[in-house]
Amino acid sequence: MPDDYRQYLIRLIAMHGISEIMGALPEKEWVPRAPTLHRKLAIMAKVQDELGHGQLLLRVAEDLVAPLGMNREDLLNGLFKGTIHFHNVFHMPAPTWADAGIIGWLVDGAAIITQGMLVQGSYAPYCRALERIIAEESFHIQHGESICIALAEGTKAQRQMLQEALNRWWEPLLFFFGPPPKSELTKHQDLGLMYRLRNRTNEELRQRFFHKYVPRIQALGLTIPDPNLRLDKETNTWHYTQPDWSKFKAILRNEGPMSKARLILRHSAWEQNRWVREVLSTRAAVAV
Amino acid sequence: MTARIETPAQALADPACRRALVELLYQLADDDLALGHRDSEWMGLAPHIEEDVAFASIAQDEVGHANAYYALLVDLGEAESADALAYGRSPGEWRCAVLLERPNGPGHYLKDPQFDWGYTIARHYLYDLFEMVRLEALMESAYLPLAQLAAKVRREERYHLLHMETWVKRLARHSSVSRARLQAGLEKAWVDLYGLFSLGPEGPAMAALGLLPGGRDRLWQTWRERAQALFAEAGLPWPGDPSPVMLDGRAGQHSADLEALLATMTEVYRLDPAARW
Repeated sequence: MPDDYRQYLIRLIAMHGISEIMGALPEKEWVPRAPTLHRKLAIMAKVQDELGHGQLLLRVAEDLVAPLGMNREDLLNGLFKGTIHFHNVFHMPAPTWADAGIIGWLVDGAAIITQGMLVQGSYAPYCRALERIIAEESFHIQHGESICIALAEGTKAQRQMLQEALNRWWEPLLFFFGPPPKSELTKHQDLGLMYRLRNRTNEELRQRFFHKYVPRIQALGLTIPDPNLRLDKETNTWHYTQPDWSKFKAILRNEGPMSKARLILRHSAWEQNRWVREVLSTRAAVAV
Repeated sequence: MTARIETPAQALADPACRRALVELLYQLADDDLALGHRDSEWMGLAPHIEEDVAFASIAQDEVGHANAYYALLVDLGEAESADALAYGRSPGEWRCAVLLERPNGPGHYLKDPQFDWGYTIARHYLYDLFEMVRLEALMESAYLPLAQLAAKVRREERYHLLHMETWVKRLARHSSVSRARLQAGLEKAWVDLYGLFSLGPEGPAMAALGLLPGGRDRLWQTWRERAQALFAEAGLPWPGDPSPVMLDGRAGQHSADLEALLATMTEVYRLDPAARW
């Protein structure tokens, strides 16, 4: 394969795999605090799926970096060194139970829109992994939506908790798909289009998200925190207030609200348990 | 010979039987939920990705089993729902062994966790073997709904035990470092071990009524025999019989660790216990 194709794939798939693993962190904060046994079981299964997706994708990425003399350990070290980034949406805080609902419903909803495009791409090993991932993500959306519906139909305090979580996540959801066209931040899109790894622009994906989720969010009685949001029926295009893209750029430098804390958490757990991985990867020294 | 009890109504008809059965079910449910909760605190932090996935499965099984035992308590009129039992009781009402409420290591899962894999594996192995022995006894329980549930739970627990035995053997044999970590974990778990075998004040009745055939003696003897065999296979010295503990979790005596566990677990539920979540 051409070198720039391989490099693009490594960047894309390693980042996707690492993001699944880092993406477990905001939600797993709520696993021990889930408010019923049913929710506890469901959110554990959900976070477990994310970790499993990370494993599946890193296996694909490992094959791509192997000819370069690299392995999984190198990919994770890339995360700690800042050469591999994790997805911008996972740099945000999740301070309430409602955030766990919004993540499951709308962040996974956004993810499935992107993945629905990527699964049609030109690199089959990635597409096969994505097929399975998408099947599981659709359960996650139902899980998240179920949490949000319970809160929306609940007490005044529960509805308020949900509305506040939506307010917090609206801008990150706009960031999710990346900057609009003709931006200095979109240079990677062109290569992806050329190699048929993607066939939609960031903005087209964002519009799809609006079409699918704006009516659903409103149906729950929630207010979307953008007074300018409206559908132009003639062009079938949503108009919306641009988010503050300087915040997006800060996240790319690992300077988002939770970037450092999550990296430290992941890194310290990785280092503290290095001795366990050595038990698995090296031969026994003790004869018994 | 003990009489077969086929329905909740039959169990409720005899106050002595009801008392012993309810205590036994709380022990079973609380043990599994406490440990399942501790396991769930490992999510995202396990030593490697495959183990994170495996541990998440084990945690789900434990919580699922707790849910099933609570459902039997609901059938006996203890509460309206399993959630009310899991989330609505004070520490003094809990019947788990103290071993299972202990944290995974220093720090908090949200803030600077320094979890201890040696202790985690040691504790889990000791408990999983105990649970297997207890389930084998429960499969012969005079209370039919419990005997049926035990058979179902045992099928899943078999894999937990296999997983933990594999880890114990691997850690014990691999290097002086891993062996020392495991032994430190075993030593720490051993301090609370005696309490695992307590059946609380209703223990003699549980055995006499055939709810838990063989009672404490059967559990302890079978457990010790199998644990000693694995220790010998792994080349681990037998730490000796455990000493009696200060706190008997089966009698509602718990450490501050259970208070901390429940404070975390019920944080959202307590915002409004009457709400639907």
